[in-house]
Amino acid sequence: MPVVAEPEQESEAQLEARFEAVINRKDRVEPRDWMPDAYRRTLVRQVAQHAHSEIIGMQPEGAWIGRAPSLRRKAILLAKVQDEAGHGLYLYSAAETLGVSRQELTEMLISGRQKYSSIFNYPTLSYADVGTIGWLVDGAAICNQVPLCRTSFGPYGRAMIRICKEESFHQRQGYELLMTMMRGTDEQRAMVQESVDRFWWPSLMMFGPPDDESPNTARSMAWGVKTHTNDELRQRFVDMTVPQAKALGVTLPDPELVWNEERGAHDFGQPDWDEFWDVVKGNGPCNAQRVAHRKKAWDDGAWVREAALAFAAGDGSDTSSDTSSDTSDGPRTA
Amino acid sequence: MPDVRTHEPDDHDNAYAGLLVNDAHWAFGTDFEDPLAGVDTTVPDGVDPATLATYCLMLGDDALVLSQRLAEWCSNAPDLEEDIALSNIALDLLGQARLLLARAAAADGSQVPTLPDSSPVPDEDRLAFFRDAPQFRNVRLAEVPGGDFAQTVVRILLFSSWRLALLDRLNQSRDAVLAAVAAKAVKELTYHRDFAGRWFLTLARGTDESRRRLVAGLDALWPFWTELFETHDVERAAARSGVGVDPADVAADVEAVLDQVLAASGVERPAQPPHAADHGRDGRTGRDGEHTEALTALLAEMQVVARAHPGGQW
Repeated sequence: MPVVAEPEQESEAQLEARFEAVINRKDRVEPRDWMPDAYRRTLVRQVAQHAHSEIIGMQPEGAWIGRAPSLRRKAILLAKVQDEAGHGLYLYSAAETLGVSRQELTEMLISGRQKYSSIFNYPTLSYADVGTIGWLVDGAAICNQVPLCRTSFGPYGRAMIRICKEESFHQRQGYELLMTMMRGTDEQRAMVQESVDRFWWPSLMMFGPPDDESPNTARSMAWGVKTHTNDELRQRFVDMTVPQAKALGVTLPDPELVWNEERGAHDFGQPDWDEFWDVVKGNGPCNAQRVAHRKKAWDDGAWVREAALAFAAGDGSDTSSDTSSDTSDGPRTA
Repeated sequence: MPDVRTHEPDDHDNAYAGLLVNDAHWAFGTDFEDPLAGVDTTVPDGVDPATLATYCLMLGDDALVLSQRLAEWCSNAPDLEEDIALSNIALDLLGQARLLLARAAAADGSQVPTLPDSSPVPDEDRLAFFRDAPQFRNVRLAEVPGGDFAQTVVRILLFSSWRLALLDRLNQSRDAVLAAVAAKAVKELTYHRDFAGRWFLTLARGTDESRRRLVAGLDALWPFWTELFETHDVERAAARSGVGVDPADVAADVEAVLDQVLAASGVERPAQPPHAADHGRDGRTGRDGEHTEALTALLAEMQVVARAHPGGQW
């Protein structure tokens, strides 16, 4: 039998120093490593919010699966929304390594105690929105998320590597849908432009408030949980998107958008931050609907989850069936 | 402690780059433009093209309509694992439907709805989005409204047990396309049946509520069970010419599978429904284009965008 050495008791200060050293050399913190409570809390908040965003994000696009206008688009969209469920699953699993269960987190979401990305509180009004969400919303998400592949918490960073690869795929699919529609009829081109007009500003809001109004940024950056500021990422997104919009043949609805030779970057207008805060506070067009949808799915599924637990606890090994009565052998959880 | 890193710092920073690069292989599904590209679609000797096409529509419509129903679960399932599994099943069936509709169109173009000359809508989409309910040939088990998770499990169990038996034999079809479609589908349907069988057992032996719901789901769908084994003239002709399977020939095998699941679960086979319940006017069935009222509503949703843009490109 292997002999396990008695671990040396380290003082809080030593643990903290070790943690700081890991952060400073940009290495990963792993679930069983010591970490400051505030770091753990910050991560739970961020990873949970991210997981919730994936799950709530299934709704606006999922609403169009039944109406997808070609079988190929139906397959692409269904596979994409399914991927989002998968992303939610990886992220809830990453959060679980911090000592909080998927069930607890889901209950926090449906009771409004945890948030998700505000972009999903905007409605999807035409099939072009499926493309625009892929191009702009997934594009913005990628700008936000790619740096998270290097985030200091190991399970989160590793989940993000997989997620980013798939998001990049989704973004290309969305862009390809818009490209195809732009080659179609006048009505289709108008539909694409109208959709881009609606989603442009909310997409810019996805990077969060301006740096001087972002309360958590400094600490998250010091811990290596966040690696770029909101404004840096927003700039990067705008600079990447402008040539893509041009290639697509749509205009971005910002009269202040212009190339600044001196900065080597685009100048652009500010989103309506009052609207942003209003949506964050729960007053967006679809906040109530999104949470109610999630709550209904969760509540309606309670009996199924209970049955699965009861079956597992009863082992399902007793196959001596009593077909004359409606009883089962498993213990009841209800 | 060595400076261990799992990746190079800038390894993933380029995920967003390359969007404008013309890379034909980047998007999932883009190789689907012509699902039968490179496959010999010649109708085998002695086979009536119209019969083959209609037979493909029957099997294709079964898959398309049930796929549409199962996709309704997306974002609504009891937990994420089931959400993903149900989407998976819907995607598999959708893939089967596309191949079968494309095969129908290739065998007999006269069954494909006509659109204005300039319309770029491909044949599979003309068939899916521009036919009305009476032209759909699916069995009615595929179209009836979803019900709860238990009823969904029952439907997948009944449907996949039946379809697996059919396609397992269709593997031997004289039509090379149908044989290839069947070979792929058999692997998928085996998983679908397994998923449904495991959940059937779980719900039967889980809680009182899950068992009650399961039995109710079975009762609700039972009126549509015998239709699966009735032989339509087109199926008979397809079977005779060696391209199709007569569903009556798989009845005994499928009933045996179902009995096995019922026995393991301790659930009784429902009493036979009154004859009238499983037939439409004059004994017509889904294979004749006779449907429940649920199908028109399902198609209204499915077809609304496509029909608004008959000249659209997607």
